[in-house]
Amino acid sequence: MNKFKKFIYNDNTVGYVFALPFIFGFLCFSLVPMVTSLYYSFTDYSLGTKSASFVGLSNFARLFTDDIFIKSLGITLKYVLISVPLKLAFALFVAFLLTRKSKAVTLYRSLYYIPSLVGGSIAVALVWKQIFARKGLINSVLDGFGLSAINWFGDEKLALFPLILMSVWQFGSSMIIFAAGLKEIPTSYYEAAMIDGAGGWKKFLKITLPCLSPIILYNLIMQTISAFMAFTQAFVITQGGPNNGTMMYALYVYNQAFKYNNMGYACSMSWVMLVVMSIITLVIFKSSKFWVFSEADS
Amino acid sequence: MKTRKHISTLLYHLFVLAFGFCMVYPVLWMISGSFKGNAEILRGGLNLIPKDFVGTNYSTGWRGFSGISFKTFFMNSAFITSIATLGTMLSSAFVAYALSRIKFKGRGLWFSCMIATMMLPGQVIMIPSYLIWYRLGLTSTYVPLILPYFCGQAFFIYQMMQFMKGIPRELDEAARIDGCSKYGIFGRIIFPLLKPSIITTVIIQFYWKWDDYMGPLLYLNRPKQYTVSIAIKLFADSASTTDYGAMFAMSSLSLIPVFLIFLIFNRYLVEGIGTSGLKG
Repeated sequence: MNKFKKFIYNDNTVGYVFALPFIFGFLCFSLVPMVTSLYYSFTDYSLGTKSASFVGLSNFARLFTDDIFIKSLGITLKYVLISVPLKLAFALFVAFLLTRKSKAVTLYRSLYYIPSLVGGSIAVALVWKQIFARKGLINSVLDGFGLSAINWFGDEKLALFPLILMSVWQFGSSMIIFAAGLKEIPTSYYEAAMIDGAGGWKKFLKITLPCLSPIILYNLIMQTISAFMAFTQAFVITQGGPNNGTMMYALYVYNQAFKYNNMGYACSMSWVMLVVMSIITLVIFKSSKFWVFSEADS
Repeated sequence: MKTRKHISTLLYHLFVLAFGFCMVYPVLWMISGSFKGNAEILRGGLNLIPKDFVGTNYSTGWRGFSGISFKTFFMNSAFITSIATLGTMLSSAFVAYALSRIKFKGRGLWFSCMIATMMLPGQVIMIPSYLIWYRLGLTSTYVPLILPYFCGQAFFIYQMMQFMKGIPRELDEAARIDGCSKYGIFGRIIFPLLKPSIITTVIIQFYWKWDDYMGPLLYLNRPKQYTVSIAIKLFADSASTTDYGAMFAMSSLSLIPVFLIFLIFNRYLVEGIGTSGLKG
């Protein structure tokens, strides 16, 4: 009995008892799917067929000749490269705007958070579609300024912009993280800079940005990852059209898997996505040495 | 000098309010659209006050599709969301406690795995997960939408770990001296003190799950099981012309729980998001 008690209260046992949910979940819902996905990416597996036959690297070779795949890769990169910096700049701008000491600021922050609050829902995606429709809100505004209406979803070069705008519009959580970071910057830094005669811009560039850089890094990585995975907006608003002009990577993977039932091929695409994203995240991390300012260096 | 300062303050508040109004305009437009007729919505007017007030959108929308009303869809969403959120909260707190307070063999490894899953894009495991549930015969049940949430969510585990760092270890020590086991320390000390972090978790997970579209899209295929997000999309999919008024009405209704929780727990949410990012 004593031995049993000793076992139960042993740190190793306690640790594994509490960590068990994660370990179980990690093995069943992350590791096993990843390994099976890797296996399927070398097969021509599809639902319904009992056995998948090994096709070697042909799925990956096919990617290079798949025009839609190459196009979707380009579109996703474009989406990430435009929407993420815009969103972060906008979030920082609003966070900076709301640093004033005023009771109303908390209220304003909530107001500016509303788009992020509702933006993930299907409801807002459908509204967005209507806003950019041929006779939608945006075109009414353009009309009001005497400009001609734009057929947003009819032109493959333009169709991506409503989606980018929707992503930028949801800047709320980045803004709140920035706002918390801005609060942490000691006011003595600014006072010292003022004595040295630094102006507003100079203070922003020399104090605010370096002090915020770890938070910028965090936001950059989180937003890049989620931008790469963008699916719902494209699926609901444009279905990838026109002429695959908004065929986001995740949407194409979904289509290959569940529309055309090419599970093996879709798995290989998922893996390419994982590799591309890992490389980009790694590059951001490596580059952070040059622009992220840490307390330890100073 | 003083008046100039007053004017600049006034201008600041006016600008922030006007700009904020533009930001929430699409949402307001949707709500007002739920009281407009289809013709008026399609004309795309900027007005927020309907020209002809239409009150029937809510009742026609609520009727739903093929005899299934929105009551069913809301109940389904509420069920999935509440169970999954409860699961996330409990399991994440357990795991965070193990990883931050207990020194056990393999802790470093599991911590790395946790960080890795946080970075892992869901789309990569989407297809194989689907195939596994398919093999188990559990597609078109709620199990794939709920069970994984009882295994801790990396994002929240990490956030709770950050929060636990701020709980003084002296409390653990004192409890140990009083004869409390490590299980008791979690139940009597850590978990109650974790409250702010738990509230943040509940709110964020609630949003994510309530808005989740891809999960139900993949796993649910009988209309009786549909969640609100899938059902709203049906308005746009219907073969006949889309009833925009009804769609906006149901969309507005679907946002009510989100807004309510936001209003009640606003403070925790802002603090929670702020700190989770700060120390990240």
